[in-house]
Amino acid sequence: MTMTTSRRGFLQSAAAGAAVLLVGVRADGVLAAGTDTAQDLNPFVRISADGRVTAIVKHFEMGQGPTTGLTTLIAEELGVTMEQIDYAFAPSNPQVYNNLLFGPFQGTGGSTAMANSYEQYRKAGAAAREMLIAAAAQEWGAEAAELDIVDGQIAGAGQSAPLSDFVTRASAMTAPTEPRLRQPEEWRLIGKEGAVRRKDTPSKIDGSGLFAMDIQLDNQLVVVISHAPRMGAKVAGFDASGAEGMRGFVMAKALPDASGVAVYAESTWAAISARDMISVDWDMSNAENRSSDQIREELLAGVNGESTYQNWGDQAATAANVDGAAKVIDKTFYFPLLAHAPMEPLTCTIEPREDGGAILHDGAQFPTFGHMTLSQVLDLPMEKVEVRTVLAGGSFGRRANPTADYNLECAMAFAMTDRTRPVKLVWTREDDVRGGYYRPAFAHRVRVGLTEEGKILGWDHRIAGQSIMKGTSMEQMSVKDGVDHSSVEGVADRPYAIPGMAVGLTDHEKATSVLWWRSVGHTHTAYVMESMMDLISEETGVDPVALRLSLLPGETPAQTRMAGVLRRVADMTDWDAGAPEGRARGLAVHHSFGSFVAEVVEISGGEAEPVKIEKVFAAVDCGVPVNPDVIRAQIEGGIGYGLGHAMRNEITLTEGEPDQYNFPDYEPLRISDIGGIEVAVFPSMEAPTGVGEPGTPPSAPALANAIARAGGERVTELPMLTQVDFV
Amino acid sequence: MTRELKINGKTMVVEAEEGTPLLWVIRDELKMTGTKFGCGVAACGACTVHVDGQPMRSCQTYVEDVEGAEITTIEAMSGDRVGAAIQQAWTELDVVQCGYCQSGQIMSAAGLLAENPKPSADEIDAYMWGNACRCATYQRIRAGVQRAAEILEG
Repeated sequence: MTMTTSRRGFLQSAAAGAAVLLVGVRADGVLAAGTDTAQDLNPFVRISADGRVTAIVKHFEMGQGPTTGLTTLIAEELGVTMEQIDYAFAPSNPQVYNNLLFGPFQGTGGSTAMANSYEQYRKAGAAAREMLIAAAAQEWGAEAAELDIVDGQIAGAGQSAPLSDFVTRASAMTAPTEPRLRQPEEWRLIGKEGAVRRKDTPSKIDGSGLFAMDIQLDNQLVVVISHAPRMGAKVAGFDASGAEGMRGFVMAKALPDASGVAVYAESTWAAISARDMISVDWDMSNAENRSSDQIREELLAGVNGESTYQNWGDQAATAANVDGAAKVIDKTFYFPLLAHAPMEPLTCTIEPREDGGAILHDGAQFPTFGHMTLSQVLDLPMEKVEVRTVLAGGSFGRRANPTADYNLECAMAFAMTDRTRPVKLVWTREDDVRGGYYRPAFAHRVRVGLTEEGKILGWDHRIAGQSIMKGTSMEQMSVKDGVDHSSVEGVADRPYAIPGMAVGLTDHEKATSVLWWRSVGHTHTAYVMESMMDLISEETGVDPVALRLSLLPGETPAQTRMAGVLRRVADMTDWDAGAPEGRARGLAVHHSFGSFVAEVVEISGGEAEPVKIEKVFAAVDCGVPVNPDVIRAQIEGGIGYGLGHAMRNEITLTEGEPDQYNFPDYEPLRISDIGGIEVAVFPSMEAPTGVGEPGTPPSAPALANAIARAGGERVTELPMLTQVDFV
Repeated sequence: MTRELKINGKTMVVEAEEGTPLLWVIRDELKMTGTKFGCGVAACGACTVHVDGQPMRSCQTYVEDVEGAEITTIEAMSGDRVGAAIQQAWTELDVVQCGYCQSGQIMSAAGLLAENPKPSADEIDAYMWGNACRCATYQRIRAGVQRAAEILEG
């Protein structure tokens, strides 16, 4: 560490009040520090001369908690209270704010926000602490080792002063490259129950929080799009005469890719109203015209024949093995298309800058793609485009799109104006439900051969569905040897030690635009694996917990941790004692996004009476639980998301056109659907892993297993509503 | 045409044609964005405001029907005894996730507590049924309403 500011200079700049300490990383990933004028540094922590600390959060906030979690890491290492720190969203800069697990790309997804920030943000906070302490040590003539920062006060060697006294001096120093991280026994915040409240609560309960839908710029135009009724349909012509003269209507123009007609107005309601008065002729010649029934038949055919990809075990030999078994369990599963339907419909705003550049205001899940999209469509160099991230009203994967679809629409609409007025794109709920990018439909067929004694002899598992990643810019990340890993994750890489297992995959030809949906492939693979476990349990009479534990012998860390959450949830529910009178319980456990979650769903009804979900229990091992209550909230939410869709949601197509429009026919989970959820979070010293998604996969199979154990149907086709009566 | 609306105790002059949903007058004309657009068909409750003390879906409430009425939005709830208790409960229990539905949840919860100061879990479920939360924060909402009732009881 070097000191370049004299005492005199320090006093001068302190008087000017200009100095700010920034600590973050340079493009090469090395920790660095600077002041507000630093050009080569994007900071993770900013400390102003008055001592106010701001965590610069590189992940967007859709409710999953990084504005709290990343802030906690800085506060812990620096030594300030959660009240002494604010958060701000990072600007778009893929080189410096990249997701370490995604490469040179800034984005949030795959439940990675904490996993890829844990070391980085702690180091930045620790470096800032060491610099402030070094400054105080110089000032006081003390040894740095004698000093620490506690609740924003630097203290030791008989002295104490607020850290604000040393910001200017520290800001002239060089950052340590390997600062000492606080050890777990020193932690006041990380992993501590009740130590941290969500930082984003205040603005979300008084109406002041700024979501993308809330952007209201002076003189802005609002655009809604008349979208193609079927994927691939093109605008052949349109008639806007019905909208002429309507108050607030400005103009209508076909998008340059003919994917829709942009309707411009002075307000949102004027745009929505005008759209209703504009008729569009669609060229359907290249449009998708298959119905979902046909897609279903094609997928079922895909699992009834030889799989295209047989990268995991010998399919023919396994099939022969199963054929020769004493008993065979043969089940086919089907999963429909699903929409994400985040609470805030898709929206973003492009604002022209005086220098000819443009600002994208967005609840930006993949800011890098939005940034590149504006650069390309508006023909602007990257440095003339700015992405300002605001709160996102949910996503569940929908705002993270390799095609940046709604950013692209807004950019095209903006490009067709004279670029003097901000343009805000608004999707209605109908645009959202009917807008494609669905969770792909999938089919599985599993044939398990058992010996007379009930041991598994062979497991022939065939999967068919449309790849999410192929043909997108994310292909390289997930597709290897032709296989999109997201189609088979949760089966091909299961922790279970299953003897004689082969997995095959057949890609389904593109039927509609598809996208990852909270927990991606695990949405269907966990359902199949955990339903099969209970089917084997039913056939062999071995208890569901005991059966699963017998396949988790502790030969790998994953088996040990999966067994751990399974035992924990069995303890929580006193599983061996059986369900309370009039209730039935089903269980499932799954590994996804590095985390392990076991769940038990307790229901009433099931056989003759309608089913009511009375209670859900969950045990989660996600490594170090940085904010235990945020983890609990994410698991609660993941369970609700999984159960709600499994119970009653599907998108169906009639000749390529979605049949659903809005919440009345895509009914969301309601408050009365689940009686309560109890989540136990494991104490762990493993590196933190995801929590946004892993609560979802086990929920639906646990419900299916509960219904079957109650004497109800064994549901192998979703949604359950077609076979199960719910309260 | 020009109309007068009484919102959060203040009289506001707006330009709005007959048939314009109150939601868009509040959000676009008055730029009060705490009241959210979720579905436009009164199926999610994100746009809930109070009209003469009753929770109403502002996306299906037309501007001409509320001239002269007392309209209350989330922006006024911090200054309201029930609203402040709900906000305190929501903070204590960390109810929110994405937060987009929470304005509407709080407005509905305030409507419930005004008519039933000590609702049971079933009564909360019945009253709050129409307020969707895609993050599924429901059990915290349920606990939050009961905590707010306790706070109000003193």
